[in-house]
Formats: sequence, C-alpha cells, structure tokens
Amino acid sequence: MDASPQKITLSNTPRILAARDTKIVARDVNVYYGEKHAIKHLSIDIPDRAVSAFIGPSGCGKSTFLRSINRMNDTIDGCRVTGDILVDGKNIYDRDLDVVQLRARVGMVFQKPNPFPKSIFENVAYGPRIHGIAKSKADLEEIVVGSLKKASLFEEVKDRLDHSGTSLSGGQQQRLCIARAIAVNPEIILMDEPCSALDPIASARIEELIDEIRQNYCIIIVTHSMQQAARVSQLTAFFHLGDLVEFGDTDEMFTTPKDKRTQDYITGRFG
Amino acid sequence: MTAWTLLIIAALTTIGFFVGQARAQALRNAGTVSLHSLPAYHGLLMASMALAAAGLTTLVAALVAGSDSLVMPAAVALLGTGAIAASYRLITKDFRARNRFEYFIMLVLIACSAVAVLTTIGIVFSVLFETMAFFKEVSPIEFLFGTHWSPTSTPPSFGLIPLLVGTLLITFIAILVAGPLGLLSAIYMAEYSSKKMRGVVKPVLEILAGVPTVVLGFFAALTVAPLIRNTGESFGLVVASESALAAGLVMGMMIVPLISSLSDDIINAVPQALRDGSYAMGATKSETIKRVVLPAALPGIVSAFMLAISRAIGETMIVVMAAGLAANLSFNPLSAVTTITVQIATLLVGDQEFDSAKTLSAFALGFVLFCFTLVLNYIALRIVQRYREQYD
Amino acid sequence: MTDKSVKGNAALIAKRYASERRFQAYGAAALAISVLFLVYLIVDIGIKAWPSYFEHRAVLEVNLDASKIPAADVQKGDFEGIVKRAFRGSFPGVTTRRDLKSLTSLLSVGAADDLRQQTVANPSSIGTTVKTGVLLADDADLYLKGMLTDTVKTPGTTNVQMAQTGEEIILTGDLSQLVAGQIVRANGGALRIASVEAGLAKAETIMPTTTLNTLAPGTWDILSFSHLEADRRIDDRQVVWLESLRDKGAIEKHFAWRFFNNGDSREPELAGLRGAIAGSLLTLIMTLSLSVPLGIAAAVYLEEFSAKNKFTEIIEVNINNLAAVPSIIFGLLGLAVFINFFGLPRSAPLVGGLVLGLLVLPTIIIATRAALKAVPPSIKEAALGVGASHQQAVFHHVLPLAVPGILTGTILGVARALGETAPLLMIGMVAFIVDAPKGFTEAATVLPVQIFLWSDLPEVAFQSRTAAAIIVLLVILFCLNAVAIFMRKRFERRW
Repeated sequence: MDASPQKITLSNTPRILAARDTKIVARDVNVYYGEKHAIKHLSIDIPDRAVSAFIGPSGCGKSTFLRSINRMNDTIDGCRVTGDILVDGKNIYDRDLDVVQLRARVGMVFQKPNPFPKSIFENVAYGPRIHGIAKSKADLEEIVVGSLKKASLFEEVKDRLDHSGTSLSGGQQQRLCIARAIAVNPEIILMDEPCSALDPIASARIEELIDEIRQNYCIIIVTHSMQQAARVSQLTAFFHLGDLVEFGDTDEMFTTPKDKRTQDYITGRFG
Repeated sequence: MTAWTLLIIAALTTIGFFVGQARAQALRNAGTVSLHSLPAYHGLLMASMALAAAGLTTLVAALVAGSDSLVMPAAVALLGTGAIAASYRLITKDFRARNRFEYFIMLVLIACSAVAVLTTIGIVFSVLFETMAFFKEVSPIEFLFGTHWSPTSTPPSFGLIPLLVGTLLITFIAILVAGPLGLLSAIYMAEYSSKKMRGVVKPVLEILAGVPTVVLGFFAALTVAPLIRNTGESFGLVVASESALAAGLVMGMMIVPLISSLSDDIINAVPQALRDGSYAMGATKSETIKRVVLPAALPGIVSAFMLAISRAIGETMIVVMAAGLAANLSFNPLSAVTTITVQIATLLVGDQEFDSAKTLSAFALGFVLFCFTLVLNYIALRIVQRYREQYD
Repeated sequence: MTDKSVKGNAALIAKRYASERRFQAYGAAALAISVLFLVYLIVDIGIKAWPSYFEHRAVLEVNLDASKIPAADVQKGDFEGIVKRAFRGSFPGVTTRRDLKSLTSLLSVGAADDLRQQTVANPSSIGTTVKTGVLLADDADLYLKGMLTDTVKTPGTTNVQMAQTGEEIILTGDLSQLVAGQIVRANGGALRIASVEAGLAKAETIMPTTTLNTLAPGTWDILSFSHLEADRRIDDRQVVWLESLRDKGAIEKHFAWRFFNNGDSREPELAGLRGAIAGSLLTLIMTLSLSVPLGIAAAVYLEEFSAKNKFTEIIEVNINNLAAVPSIIFGLLGLAVFINFFGLPRSAPLVGGLVLGLLVLPTIIIATRAALKAVPPSIKEAALGVGASHQQAVFHHVLPLAVPGILTGTILGVARALGETAPLLMIGMVAFIVDAPKGFTEAATVLPVQIFLWSDLPEVAFQSRTAAAIIVLLVILFCLNAVAIFMRKRFERRW
C-alpha cells in the first residue's frame, strides 16, 4: 500500500492562495505511529488570515497532521515525523528550534474543552505568564480581558473571573480555551474538532467566533461536519487513509469536487 | 565546619538566583528584543549552577580533606562564586536558560529514580559481603544442609535446615488460615456484597492490614498462645507455650487482607462478558464463580498467594514474640520452632562483632531470606503482569 | 431435549441452589472471621490496657520541714525522706525495721516527684503542712485495681471470742463466716485465719490487736480473697495497710498523665511513652524528608518523562520488587551500610529514619504514580498547547492536581513507618532510654520498639503498660488511616 509521493500540481493549488501570503508549507510529510504509517507523503500550502478546514473519515490522519504543526505529536511515544513543515519559511522540525516557542506561536484548541481546574482569570493568564508577555499586573489584566473579549466570553464572565474555569458550561469552556490560546498572541490557531462535544447552539457561537477572528490569524480546523466546514472555512482539505486527496476553495470543493473519493465522501457514500 | 559549609552553599544558591534574575531583568528592560527565557529561569539556572558546583566541591573536599578542615568551606565558597561568575557571562537574550535549567532538573529526577536501584544494590552487596565472610569460616555445605543450629554453643553449629523447616511450618499454617479466608472474603466482596457492605468491610480489612506486627505479636504471645495451650491441654495434648500454631494463626490473620485485596482486584478484572456467558446458560452465581471466574483469575490468585508466602517468610515481629528461640527440627505445629527471621533478630540485637561467625551468620540467613522472597516476588509480579496484558 | 430437559430435574435444581447458598455463606463467614478477629484483638488489648491509664495515690499530710529543704535550691530538698516519714507516720503501729521496709515498699520510687515539683513551683509552702497525693508502687497499684486478687469486705455479724495461746490466737463462738485464708480485722489489729474446725479457729497475728475483747457484731470485719498470700505479689500485711488507707479515704485514683509525660523507667508505675513518642517523631521527620522528595521526584520522572528503555524498565521492576522485600532485610542494609560502613551513630533516629525512608520509598513512588496517572492527559495537552514546556506542564498543572493522591499515599507510608519494628531492632534502637532524645543523632527508641521492649519484661504491671502503649499506637494509626480515607473521599475527582 505504498503510494507514490503525491505532488502538489498547479491545479491542486487553490485559487485563493494567490491572493494571500502562505503561512504554512508542508513538503513530503510522513508520520508514523510505531509501525503504522498515518500520514503519507503529504504536501500542502496553507494561507494566512483564512480558515482552512480538514475533513475526512475517522482515522484519515487529519488530526495527526494537525498535531504535527505544533509538534504535539512529540508527546506520543513511538511517533515519528519525516519531511518538512515550514512556518513562515522556518522548518519547525529543525534541531535548534525551541518547541515551546513554536507552540506559543501555534495555539491549539482541543476536541473536548480542557480548561485548567483554576480560576477563569488564571486560565487565560497562564500563557502570558510563562512566556513573560505581560510587563506588569495591569498589563496582564489587560491581556486577559482583551482575550476574553476577543473570544466573546467577557460579557458572560466579567463578574466571576475568580470562579473555576470548570464551572462554566461546555460552550463557554471551549470559548475560554480559545481565549487562552489567543492570550499568547499566536499566529496560527489549530482547532481539533472544537465543536464535537458541544450542542448545536454552542457550536454556532464558536463558529461565529471563528468567523470574527479569522482576519487576524491563520486558522486550521479539523471537523467531522461537512456543513461546518462549508460554513466557516475558505479552504478545505480532504484526507483519506493518510493521503491528502484534494485541497481547494471550499465553495468549489463542495460544488465540483475533482476526485471521485471526495465526491463519494461529501455525498455521503462513505465515512 | 559542616554547618558553615551548608550555610555557604545556601547563601551561594540564593545569591546565584538573585544575580541571575537581576542580570536578565536588566537585559530585558534595556533591550528592544525579547529574551528567550524568563528572568526567573536565568536566576534558577544560576542558582542551580552554584548549588551543583558547591555541592560537588563539598563532596570532593570531604573525601580529600575530611569534613573538619577549613579547606571545605573555603573551597566551596571559591568554586561556588566561580560558578556564578562563569554563568553570569552566559546570560544573553538568546541564552536558553529555561532549557538548561530543565535539563538540570531532569538530571535530578533521574538521580532520584536511581535511588531505588541503589537501595537494591546496597542490600545485595551488604548482605553478600558479610555472607562471603561467613562462608570463609563455615562451609556453605554445612550451612545449607546442616541439621543442627546453635550459634552460641561451643563449638557453634550453623545448620540451616531446622530454621528452614520452622519457617516453612509457620508459613504453611499461616497460608492454611489466610488462603481460604482471604480468597473467600475476596469472592464475597467482589461478587456478592452490596456496595454499602463493601464500604464497611473494605476499611475494616485495611485497618487489619495496618495493624503493626508488633501488636499482632503481643496478641499472639499473650492471648492466642495461652488459649491454644489451654484448649490443647484440655484434650490431653502437649502444647508448647510458644507453639508454631499460635504464631502461624496470627500471621495468617495478618495476611488475610493482603490475599483478599489482591484477589479482589484480580476477580474484578475478569471481564463481565465471561460471567454473562455463563449466566446465559443458566449457571448459578457460585457455579459461575467456581467454573468460570476463578479459573480465569487463577494466575492472578496464584501470584497473590506467592506474594503472601513471601510476606509470611519475611515477617519478623510476630515470630520473634510468639515463636520459640530453640531450633527444633519438628513438623509438629504444637511444638516450639524457630524461624530464619527470629534468628536474624536475636543474633543482631545487642552488640555485634563483625568478625565473629555468630554475627555474620545473621547476614547469611538474611541472604537466604532475600533470595527466597526475591524469587517469589519476581515470579508473582511477572505472572500478574502477563495476566493484566491478557485482559487489557 | 425432551426427557433430558432441565425442567424435569427438580431435585438437581434444589441441590444446586443449596450449594449456591452454602458457597455464599462460606464467603460471609470468611469475612466475619476477619472482622471478629480484629474486634477481638482490639477489645482484648483494650481491656488489658485500660487500668494503665489510671494510677493510685495515697493522700498524706506532709510537713515540708524547712530544715530538709535548702531554700536556695528547692530541687535538692530531701522530699523522699519527707514523704517516707509522713507515710510511716500514718501507721504508728509499725515499728520493726522489716515492717517499715515492707510498708515503704508500697510507695513508688518516684513517690516524691510530684511533691518536689509542687514545692519548686510554690516555695512559699516550705515550712507548712500540705496535703498531697504520693504515687504508690506498681504492686500496690495493681492490688487497688483488683488485678492481684479480688478482695471482698464482709462486716462481722456474729459474736466471736478471742484468746491467745502462745503465738496463736484462738477464735471461738459463731464461726460461720470464717474460712481459712481470710483476714479478720478487729480490736485495732488484723488476724489471718489459719484453720477453721468445728467451733474453733486458729489464727496468726498480722498486726497486733490492742485487746482480746469479744467481737460483737458490727465491730469487726472480714477480708476474703480470690488469691491467697502465696499466690499474689503483695503480702497480707500490705493488704491490711492499703485497706486501712482505703477505709480512711486516703487513696485517690487519678488519670495517669505520667504515662504520657514520663520517659521509660524500670518501675512500671513511672514508665511513660514520652521518650518513645519523641523518638518516633524524630525518626518520622527523617523518614519523610528522605522518602517524600525522592519518591515524588522518581515518580514524576517515571510517569511523565522517562522514555521506554531498558533503564526505565529495570527501575520499574526494581521498585515493585523492593516494595515486597521483608523489612528485616532493610535493617541488615542499615546495619551494614549506614552504621558499619558510613559510621553513623547506632540507635539514632537519623539511621532509623534513613532505613524507614528507603522502606517506604516504593510505597510513595507507587502511590504518586497512580495519582499522576489519574490526572487526565487533556490538562497536560492544554498547557502544552499554549506553549508551556513539558516540565512546566507537569510542575504547574499535573503535579498540583495529583497532590491529594500523593498526600494519601504519603500518609499510608507514614502509617507503615510508624508501626515498623524489625529493621529498627537491627540498628540498635532498643536501648533503654529515660530522657526524650533531643536530636537526630542521640540514642532513641520508637513507639513500636518500646512496645516490644515492655512486652519482654516480667512485671505484671508492664503487661498492662504494653497494652496501653499499643492502644496509643493504634489510635495514632487509625487517625492517620481515617485522614487518608477522608482525603480520598474528599478529593476524589471525577473528570
């Protein structure tokens, strides 16, 4: 099942890229979990200041690739990554790169909301604190309030910043996690199925939020829901069995998919 | 001098922290570009450098010059300050102080983990060396196969067999008590008892497990042994006042919680699907337990028993207080026997001379005991491990 | 499946159900035996221990003679002499050397200790007469607690005539109340009945009577015993003295604070746990300061940072095996390495603490690892996600969340260390120590070793002291366990 390296052809490169700066460039990326070949010869260019959605059936490798972009895969025993992933032209798998600084630039929001069991304020303040971003106490407060506002959570929690982050509802928790990610001024925000544990109303608020902040960040969202991908993203990548099958403008992808597998997936033939 | 040295080390470490932090803070305030690491990490790194330098110097100085000389605090002060000065020059905006500090912490963590291994090595060597010394005076053959043990008589004789028999006799009685009780308790708790009852009985067993052995020894010697003697005599039996039976019974009660808690875990780990399969065929609960659950849990239960045996063999206080001192080669549970641990304890309490065969023989006994329990534990742990893998 | 249908075989089904019930009953019985054993153990030791928490004192009028007490140094006053004189003074009939010795042996060696302290605290009382309680010796104390013999006091209800022939006293008249071995107290003296025959009883004088008047009902009484003089550790004369004190109301029963405030002693009534408790405390501090940092560091490394390699595997197998090594072996390690090789002092809490520290290290490592494992990985991921380093994620988030579990494990480790005896015997913590140790390198003993030492002593009173010490130890351990169980319940977090 050793597929030949999949080269990005011109036709494969989305039209939209021409209008924007490329933020992330991946070339011939392979990820292995022990013996398992989870991502196969993947190459992709992801633009800045836009939302890119990764879709595909379970186990297709979309989350795996997402976690390679901020090297969260490092924490998994037996995981191996080959190939190059460049952020702003700098290879993030370089030896001299400090993974901690990388993760400050590449924020992440997880599938299940995972606030720290500390106060709402401390949740957001933690990142700025360890990175020494805030110069003073007032500065820190400003960052926390600003981040909560950007995550459109501030109005709901402004009277109880000292309450535990875990006391919030699921949707609020997830917005808190987004505020936490924003607080360290990332350039890229990775979202790993951020709405899968939420009800439709809370999901809608997250989607709104993503739409509001997309002007300032390079956002990548992994999602199971094609409707969600269609609603929030400008670009969509379709993964299947560790291959990147197709990457293009979201509108085009959902109306005129080029690959048979993409078509089968979006029409509900499998997955 | 030691106090001074410690004081100097503490002072250097504190100074290191503040110097490093201040230096980094100054850079941060002056510069336009941000530092790689927080000032606190520069401080921590410098503090740990100072600590490491001073600590190593202390060790070296203590070995070379002895802890009383003035050399030690002087050298420590000098090299500690040197470490601070050297690391002062390292602080730049790109210096990865956090990574270096974390590397230092990692070394400390690894060193701490190694202590467990060092302990084992320490045990093996301390016991082995004295045992070797013992075997220079008494031949291993005589020790292992001799049937007479009296280290204080002249000439002394060091035959392991009576001790081994005594140990195994008491262990056998203990397992005879604890095996059925512990296993049945575990089965009842895992399969029959209500949640509420479990909530009561489990802590009771935990308390029983937590009763110090010296207390059980007192109870065995003052309550159980007379009880057994009186009962035995009313049947016309001759019962020694320090009978193996009394020590064995109480030791058995001590082991019940061990067997029951281990077996309880193991029985609970048997997949529900196996039980369901049996129930679906119309088997009663006890039939399911006897024919399905226990056979499936057998490896785990065997290892629980092995751990229990190892515990019984190594138990000291109960037998010191309730079993005898005279090494009788006897299989009669009503007679007084002695055990390996009793002999180690009696030989080593009081003054020891490390050149007499009497003292050294205690280490030889310790060696035998260590080997016995090590083999039992190792096999038992391996069985449990394999068993876990089977159902995970 | 028609004839052989299970339905048909009612007898078999009944048999199967009977077997089911039997099996369940075995299980319940097994549990019940364990519970009953524990209850029996605690009740039995509790009953043995109870008397030791109380002591008897004789109340005396004591003249604090200024000439016996130097005003400059009250501590040096001859309080022993003062107390002894006062005690003898309340028995003017006792004159022979032998009797006086027997009488004063009822007092504890430390009978004057309380009076000395009171006087030092209140020097103005010197020269006055004060009423004070003086501690009785162990045998007198045991007698008053009814532990040497049951004594029954019966008033004499008949007329009995006394006559003296030589050494013997002959009693005649209505002797229906009398039995050999009893003591008759009459006419200011006491007689022991040697034999009772029809109409005539022979008796020996224990304390001389002042007259030989006929005994009228109500003027005399009888002491009868479950254990006669030959079978008990206190003689008849001493019994009569104690009973006369008791009749005068000059015997007081107090809670024995001494049992907690005193160090060890050869005299049971003076022996206390202070030294042992102080020793246990020092040893425990040493144990904890070794095992907690090492244990947590090792657990954090193994659970959070270690790569899966040979080294890690060796450490893990090693820790599991170490947890099951008999404690006496750790004693051998302490003896050979700490004392013999490194030359650390014998009998000291320093070495005891080191040995126990290594002993509980595996317990703490295993508990800490379990607590770390229980923290959900999402917390760590969240921290990594905002750019915390691996160590920051662990030390800022995972470890603090594991603290309740670590504490629970540590408490259980402490409980284990507190009850451990065997390894401490090896390193010589069996010395007889009167004063509480003041430092880590002084000779000391610990609570369980004290129990072991006392259990070996021949005095009956020490048996009860041993049981009393055991109850103290058990109470401490139960409290520790209760705290551990409470914490487990309180901080049990469902993620």
